[in-house]
Amino acid sequence: MDKYSVFSARLVEQTEYMASGHRACQGCAEVLALRLVLKALGRDTIVAMSTGCMEIISSPLPLTSWNIPWIHNAFENSSAVVSGCESGMKAMMRKGKLAPKKINFVAMGGDGATADIGMGPLSGALERGHDMIYVCYDNEAYMNTGIQRSSSTPYGASTTTSPAGKASIGQQTRKKNMPQIAVAHNVPYVATACPSFPFDLMEKVKRAAEIPGPAYLHILSVCPTGWRIPPDEAIRYGRLAVDTCMFPLYEVVDGKYRLTYRPNPVLPLKEYLSGQGRYRHLTEKDHEKIESMMKSDYEKIVKLSDEV
Amino acid sequence: MGSGRKGVEVSIAMADAVAQADVDVIAAYPITPQTHIVEHLADIVADGELDAEFVPVDSEHSAMSVCCGSAAVGARTFTSTSSQGLALMSEIFFITAAMRLPVVMALANRSLSSPLSIWNDHSDVMMVRDAGWIHIFIENGQEAYDAIFNSFRIAEDPDVMLPVAVNMDGFILTHMIEPVEYVDNELVKKYIPEFKMKNALHPDCPISMGCFGMPEIYTETQMNREVGVVNSYPVIIKAWEEWGQLTGRHYHPVETYLSDDAEYCIVTMGSFGETAMEVADMLREEGEKVGVVKIRLWRPFPLDEFRKAVLGKKGLIVIDRAISFGGPGGPVASEVRSALYNKKGAPVVVNYVAGLAGRDVSRKDFRNIILEGKKKAESGDTEGFTLYGVRG
Amino acid sequence: MAKAMDEIKWQELEIGAVVTEPGNAAEYKTGSWRSERPVVQKEQCIKCGVCWLFCPDMCIIRAVEGHFTANLNYCKGCGICARECPVGCITMISEEG
Repeated sequence: MDKYSVFSARLVEQTEYMASGHRACQGCAEVLALRLVLKALGRDTIVAMSTGCMEIISSPLPLTSWNIPWIHNAFENSSAVVSGCESGMKAMMRKGKLAPKKINFVAMGGDGATADIGMGPLSGALERGHDMIYVCYDNEAYMNTGIQRSSSTPYGASTTTSPAGKASIGQQTRKKNMPQIAVAHNVPYVATACPSFPFDLMEKVKRAAEIPGPAYLHILSVCPTGWRIPPDEAIRYGRLAVDTCMFPLYEVVDGKYRLTYRPNPVLPLKEYLSGQGRYRHLTEKDHEKIESMMKSDYEKIVKLSDEV
Repeated sequence: MGSGRKGVEVSIAMADAVAQADVDVIAAYPITPQTHIVEHLADIVADGELDAEFVPVDSEHSAMSVCCGSAAVGARTFTSTSSQGLALMSEIFFITAAMRLPVVMALANRSLSSPLSIWNDHSDVMMVRDAGWIHIFIENGQEAYDAIFNSFRIAEDPDVMLPVAVNMDGFILTHMIEPVEYVDNELVKKYIPEFKMKNALHPDCPISMGCFGMPEIYTETQMNREVGVVNSYPVIIKAWEEWGQLTGRHYHPVETYLSDDAEYCIVTMGSFGETAMEVADMLREEGEKVGVVKIRLWRPFPLDEFRKAVLGKKGLIVIDRAISFGGPGGPVASEVRSALYNKKGAPVVVNYVAGLAGRDVSRKDFRNIILEGKKKAESGDTEGFTLYGVRG
Repeated sequence: MAKAMDEIKWQELEIGAVVTEPGNAAEYKTGSWRSERPVVQKEQCIKCGVCWLFCPDMCIIRAVEGHFTANLNYCKGCGICARECPVGCITMISEEG
């Protein structure tokens, strides 16, 4: 919890744009992130969502958890679908076929939908410059299909397709840096966020909505099921990811970096790694290796932020 | 654009029709031989003659995805593709129909890889036969132009709400310069009312589209689709009838030529139809009682009209432009055989596959096919198919 | 009230199987998933709303007296509210006995 904001919770938008009755696992911080994103966006929003956990848990016919207009089409194409929504409405409003209105066009997907299968469509949508927000809910594996590795799975994590074993540490590759890829498209707004820091998250969503043009939000979404942690620890692990500098919170406005939260003190990485089942097999030496990777990644962001 | 008769490339005429239909969104990716259509549309938009969003997407998969998003907010939406492009977008092609999004597509039919070929046959469209789109086949420039208006009218009908593909033979049609009679914009406005979608995504209409279906409900969603496609039939007929009244140009799901007293009929789809009619004329002079049956509407398949046109004939010579590898015959022949099975007076069906990847099928070839096919029919050699002109 | 999915006839579906009733998933009560339920010590509650903010199931409601409590129709018993409560006024109690 942001230190100063204990009582601020009561100032948060009360309206829920996601209804209870969704079928997310106990302690799912991804659906919490989604809930907070929607609160920040408000009702004048259209969401196009990729196939994945959030889609499945929210839309078993004939029921829907959505209180705002929502479309799911396929796994890899939410960014293209939302491009179409934005283009269609833009044209119709310009032509007088539809009353003018400011609408948030938002595409959402998990890390598989974003960093793997939907990378091309996302890149296309960012490059074309639609007035849209892309939200990646990164739970660091294909959780919906049973915890398979994605390119966003961190080094060393054991998943069902990158299992740790005598001959393998688990995931052998480094996490793909999606926010940096988004930045490379010269879009006006890119940010990272985590629902364990709800005010930081909602602030960023609002900024993404206000800034014309494409915005990319990368939200670390703790998955108790896939990370093999108790469900009540979901918020705590998100906080640990940030406080250990494993997942820095920053934003990039027109190419300018700014860390929106600097952990003080920085917590030992061990606190983040050791309680998670997906990292249970790691040795001290492995921890050190991960720490050195993490430090170099974090220092790059600090340096970019300090340059401002 | 102006009405009246013009000598124009078929692709250009088609693009002009799309502009006259006042589309809101065009999303397309370059692929031969469809490119002239969208290039011309890009020009029209760039020149300010059409107020629309031209979305130059990153792939055909995204093209159809953008079309889905656009149609889902109630915008009039057009795209065009061919062959590999259709294959790449096929995932979304199916979803478009399932979600009942009334996108109109010009499908410049082209063979599928490999080997890579940019020339015409029907292997691309046959791949998506069962996607739930309405498929119209055309055979000349005028039909291409007209079919665009017909398609928007049909697709956006509140009782239909299905995507429509206008199939035309790549190069053979797309790149031909033909005389085309343009209609005026007033007529178009009258014929295609403004698209008002009942359940369009909008903050004032918080609907959920594309929900997932458990086994308990999936079957019902598919029945709903099936009935939707079947029930589009009378709307298609009405759309063509009204077009006929307005322009004097009449279209039917199954069209025949010299077939009334024919003993044998050639069955074709697409641009083969014109050659087939010429050859029928030739053979008539030689005393052969030959006619032509052209299938214009491929989906929903016009079972009754087709049967009416062919029951009582001695034989049909079905010419396919695609192979169903290891199957009982080309896709059209399989459909025809199935439509006639156990019907009284059903003609025997002989199947040829010809003109793959744009290989020329001349009048002489047609004549050979018909005469040889007739012999096969008479001798009972009606199993499978013959790949016409293959060496070896 | 939406019909159960195994009672819906094909004619009853909207074109494209669109769902026109927003948020009707609330008809589905996820409370039955629960093995533990949160119990709030009302007198200790500082009414900060942190439990409400962090609940992934949108099941925390503000009572008339101002303290927060879980709607057990939806509470899946994840325990986030208990874990995150800054004054520790929520305890998870087993549903069995």
